[in-house]
Amino acid sequence: MSTFKIGASRGNLEIRQFLRQRESVVFTLLFPVLLLLIFGSVFKDTIAPGVTFSQYFVAGMIASGLLNTGFQQLAIMIPLERDDGTLKRLRGTPMPPSSYFIGKILAVLASMVVQIILLLLVGALIFGVHLPTDIGHWITFAWVTLLGITGSTLLGIAFSSVPRSGRGASAMVTPIVLVLQFTSGVFFIFNQLPSWMQNVASIFPLKWLTQGMRSVFLPESFASQEVAKSWEHGRVALMLSIWIVVGLVLALKTFRWERSR
Amino acid sequence: MQNAIEIHGLLKTYGETHAVAGVDLEVQAGEVFALLGPNGAGKTTTIEILEGYRDRDGGTVSVLGEDPAKAGLSWRNKIGIVLQSNNDAAEITVEEILNFFSDYYVNPRNVDEVINAVGLEEKRKSRGRELSGGQRRRLDVALGILGNPELLFLDEPTTGFDPEARRAFWDLIRGLRADGTTILLTTHYLDEAEALADRVGVINNGRIVEVATPATLGGRDNAKVIVRWSEGGNMKEERTDSPTELLRSLSARLAGEIPELTVSRPTLEDIYISMIEGEA
Ligand SMILES: Nc1ncnc2c1ncn2[C@@H]1O[C@H](COP(=O)(O)OP(=O)(O)OP(=O)(O)O)[C@@H](O)[C@H]1O
Ligand SMILES: [Mg+2]
Repeated sequence: MSTFKIGASRGNLEIRQFLRQRESVVFTLLFPVLLLLIFGSVFKDTIAPGVTFSQYFVAGMIASGLLNTGFQQLAIMIPLERDDGTLKRLRGTPMPPSSYFIGKILAVLASMVVQIILLLLVGALIFGVHLPTDIGHWITFAWVTLLGITGSTLLGIAFSSVPRSGRGASAMVTPIVLVLQFTSGVFFIFNQLPSWMQNVASIFPLKWLTQGMRSVFLPESFASQEVAKSWEHGRVALMLSIWIVVGLVLALKTFRWERSR
Repeated sequence: MQNAIEIHGLLKTYGETHAVAGVDLEVQAGEVFALLGPNGAGKTTTIEILEGYRDRDGGTVSVLGEDPAKAGLSWRNKIGIVLQSNNDAAEITVEEILNFFSDYYVNPRNVDEVINAVGLEEKRKSRGRELSGGQRRRLDVALGILGNPELLFLDEPTTGFDPEARRAFWDLIRGLRADGTTILLTTHYLDEAEALADRVGVINNGRIVEVATPATLGGRDNAKVIVRWSEGGNMKEERTDSPTELLRSLSARLAGEIPELTVSRPTLEDIYISMIEGEA
């Protein structure tokens, strides 16, 4: 079988396993929706003419959903698979290593699609978030999502080599994701953060992802509220691409099939 | 005959531990070779170097004509591996994992056949975490033979098997051997080595002590016969090269039935234990 066919078969297996672990379904898929329900119900203010906080928050949650389903999920799951011997067993078969990664990417894509649909449904039905009606915005949505999920997946694979054991992985990865969410314009409005925090957050991809998503889901008028007074599509694409390259290089260089002993 | 495995001067150290300290070994194509040795002797380290999992610190290794440290996927296609321990596939059923894994091999065996061969018919719809220890181990064996390997590595494959499952496993291995599969196994069960192996190698402290057939290891074929009997209320024991003559004289002396008589040749285990003790 070809690398891609085996990759598709891996994806099938990964998705089955994912759905059978209740914690992963609840945490990766439902937790962001729960957060949206809570934040959307508590903060009802209008933050700019015609823009509610829930609208702002939906854009941020979709962006951080890319980080959850890719980076967080993989950086926690792969160390567990390294510990229980899943990876070692695979390494002993003629399965091409890239098929393993293709399988992971397919599983990430599947959970991401489900998550985005849930967030958009809840956002639109309960909090009156406006979905874009023109093709241009959806094209932006497509490329931001594509760059985001690619980078997030690669960085997750790269980061999976950092935790020494599967048990420590989630304690290590979750705070990183939380800190990024707080500083990148998910839970707080980015232009209200201290400028040093904005500058630090601008190094990391989530800031650019949230900005890209805001350009899809918020009215054009809101662009003037951004720190740079524009959506900066060029820089969004550039920063996300840089992180893709960083993720790819690190993932290829550091990936281990067995625990380091 | 051509060698499936050739090892010369193999070295592997972990800090101060010489896990493998200069092993030379040849396994012929088509034979069943059992590597015996106490805990920590270096069996797993050696096997995992042959499987391409671990780097070596010295020596040369050839497995099916290739260096396992550099061999690619087509080499892996010819090899079956049962690791000493694995704890994966918690949420996948027996038949699922076998079906999915058969996608990775060029010429996999029929999944139902493999399930039958390891006796997991009743458990085919059970997930990994629902299997008992021995059933889990059978799944490991099933995955090891799934790809129709030319060379099969089995690191303590029957740990946790009940006696019946062990016999069934022996039949499975004999069947594979009859089909021409080369098998390298480790085991702590000497009866298993005797039942299956064409040759055994004893390894201790990272060195090969002896390689021989199970019948001739440690001079077993020339070893004295142990005769035990009871005389005047005491157990007596004598080691002799001519047991028949001893029995004749005993029978004359004790006038008839010799009480509690046993005549035994040293088992592979007796020989093995004396070899390891002699080493220490
Ligand atoms: N990854 C490792 N790091 C440090 N020491 C190791 C490592 N692997 C093996 N060793 C050491 O090397 C020696 C040989 O270990 P190995 O696992 O090969 O033994 P074994 O013959 O398979 O034993 P057992 O019968 O218990 O499975 C032991 O002293 C062990 O502690
Ligand atoms: Mg071992």
